[in-house]
Amino acid sequence: MPLYHDDDQAMLADTASQFMAEEGSIQKQLRHWRDRDCKDGFGHGLWEQMAELGFTGILLDEADGGLGMGHVEAGIVLEEIGRNLTPSPFLTTSVLAATALKHGSDDLRQRYLPGVVSGKAVYAVAVDEGAKHKPGRIKTRAEKSGNGFKLSGQKDFVIHGSSADMLVVAARTSGGDDDADGITLFAVPKDAAGMSHDAVRLVDSSMATHTKFDGVELDGDAVIGEVDGGREILNRVLNAGRIGAAAEGVGVARGAMDMTIDYLKQRKQFGTLIGEFQALQHRAAHLYSEVEIARAVVIKAQQLLDADSEKAELMVSVAKAKVGKTAGLAVREGVQMHGGIGMTDEYDIGLYMKRDRALQEFLGDAYYHANRVAELSGY
Amino acid sequence: MSDLDAFRQETREWLEANCPPEMREAVRDEEDIYWGGRNASFKNDAQKAWFEACVAKGYTVPAWPKEYGGAGLTPPEAKVLREEMSRINARPPLSSFGIWMLGPALLHFGTEGQKQRFLNEIARGEIRWCQGYSEPGSGSDLVSLQTFGEDKGDHWVVNGQKIWTSYADHADWIFCLVRTDKENKYQGITFMLYDMANEGVTTKPILLISGNSPFCETFFDDVKVPKSYGDDCPAYVGQVNRGWDVAKYLLGHEREMISGAGGGDRTAAIGAAMLRQAAKDGGSLDPMLRAELAMFDVDALAYTAMGEKFLDEIKVGKAHPAQPNMMKYAGTELNKRRHELMMSAGGSRALEWESEETGGGKPSRNWLRTKANSIEGGTSEVMLNVISKRILDLPGA
Repeated sequence: MPLYHDDDQAMLADTASQFMAEEGSIQKQLRHWRDRDCKDGFGHGLWEQMAELGFTGILLDEADGGLGMGHVEAGIVLEEIGRNLTPSPFLTTSVLAATALKHGSDDLRQRYLPGVVSGKAVYAVAVDEGAKHKPGRIKTRAEKSGNGFKLSGQKDFVIHGSSADMLVVAARTSGGDDDADGITLFAVPKDAAGMSHDAVRLVDSSMATHTKFDGVELDGDAVIGEVDGGREILNRVLNAGRIGAAAEGVGVARGAMDMTIDYLKQRKQFGTLIGEFQALQHRAAHLYSEVEIARAVVIKAQQLLDADSEKAELMVSVAKAKVGKTAGLAVREGVQMHGGIGMTDEYDIGLYMKRDRALQEFLGDAYYHANRVAELSGY
Repeated sequence: MSDLDAFRQETREWLEANCPPEMREAVRDEEDIYWGGRNASFKNDAQKAWFEACVAKGYTVPAWPKEYGGAGLTPPEAKVLREEMSRINARPPLSSFGIWMLGPALLHFGTEGQKQRFLNEIARGEIRWCQGYSEPGSGSDLVSLQTFGEDKGDHWVVNGQKIWTSYADHADWIFCLVRTDKENKYQGITFMLYDMANEGVTTKPILLISGNSPFCETFFDDVKVPKSYGDDCPAYVGQVNRGWDVAKYLLGHEREMISGAGGGDRTAAIGAAMLRQAAKDGGSLDPMLRAELAMFDVDALAYTAMGEKFLDEIKVGKAHPAQPNMMKYAGTELNKRRHELMMSAGGSRALEWESEETGGGKPSRNWLRTKANSIEGGTSEVMLNVISKRILDLPGA
């Protein structure tokens, strides 16, 4: 499969690009909700508009009311979200939770998927425990209790945790903290007794929670997939989320780069446009190269994931690491080349820097994934 | 089965029957590469058999039309052949600047007579070409070149000096940029083709920091170059005084070639190989080195995907025309980094300059050789200038 978008994908990109630039703009969404101290950090109106366009169910099967598309298409939407810094539950709900729910029973799918398709529901995925992504270690436990389970532990960096109608929670049902096996995924409804959120606003104005489970009682039918057999589903969920975050990161990098290059063409100092200075030109050209390469590996990983290739896992980590480094470069160069105004809240370039920082951390930063590349390569 | 699947099957069988086992081993030294030419000799029978089978099939230049010695493969077919050759690790049957550089220029700008003669000679490995571009005073600023061809009616008399002429001491013919109009900087250069056996041509190999001499200084002292080699076969490509157009076209090819040399799926990631090597010499990877190798592998695998995307986009005309400059820049910088890391992983073993264990100092010589990657064919700095100007549209660049 060639590594560029086919005609249908290019059309989707046009639609997404236009929609996000108009409805998802920094002014209309990110700043709007931020300046109102919104408890969700995003607008439900936009989420429903995205549903009308079919975006919210993009990864879901047609039988479940979705578009039956893949990670390339989800990535197209995410790249535009990244470019416009559009806050929305797309990554958490339509990519991460939707991927988990695809493995759920008919009952679970019927209960939760219509809300994704209609844009009426928001779901979160709770994996991390502690300040760094380390999904190999899961201490949150679900003990057998009657016909169901009793869930105890704490999850951190749960994006949209307090806004979510349901949380997908990865818990240990057997074995030790670091075992690969013995993981089970649960769909925990928002009103579950014993679940409490400590909501925190993050640097990029998005909302996350430290979520405590204090003997939360769950029915057996809250299990997604098989008891003790959740690791494989979790890996799929994580890889879907990682490549999604990478696609969004490419959008952030492009948005920051485009804004910076425009600025180099407008700003005058010493009686000349600063874009004429070779010291800046070379840095801009280097950044362009890195962004192009990051885009390429993201598409490669998306295609491998869609083809269910055994190489997908490695390439997803390559992509997340590469985008992490590249988007970081884009926003740092962006702020520096904007000079003083780059430090002001009024100017948007700083918002790109903040979003990049949060995205980098989400589901493993460049160090985590470079290490994973080494492990998967056998060193 | 689609036509392409059938072609793959057929190619696989043909390769099985015609590519000797010795030609499926990694290239170890210069002698393993067959360059062709009047003075060429084969290292062994396997190299000869593989070369001759490919010539007969048109596979030394598979994508060229059949009438010029190629196999007339479509781009998807050529890709299948590349994949199948790479699958069995088959060596290229013939390497030459004729294939990589002059050929594409002739296919684009040549007359029918030139194509018939020169392309067929290249495809059959009969003539080994070299490239006369850079001069001592004209490196990055190539268009300032001074080698001059004085018009004498039916011939030119060429005087001047070229430098960095790859393997000029082994070459039969040269394609050479010669100034034919001193008043016109850009429209005063002719892309000439002539025999290195002509009186007045001398070459002097340049000893590099790697201890090898792949490049020469080439001197032209009253060299008589006829304007024509017969019917419809002028001694220049394109038009007189318009050689810069051809040169620019070819620089694009050269940059693609050099950028391609930096990638390649087989050698993209090096971390695992470095661990094996370190273990063999009784060591292990320092955690900081392992970390740098991992970061490198991320960049290298990402660049490999970029290479694939770039080729896919070129095929359908989606690539930005200046994108080869980006590929060249990123690919050569990556390759330099690769060899720095290989030296670090190799430790003191990699310092050995002549030992048998290192194949005569391969690690250190190759490491030093890569330093030229970001100089030859346009420096990294020139590449960044081109990206700034042609892709980013930055002012006054």
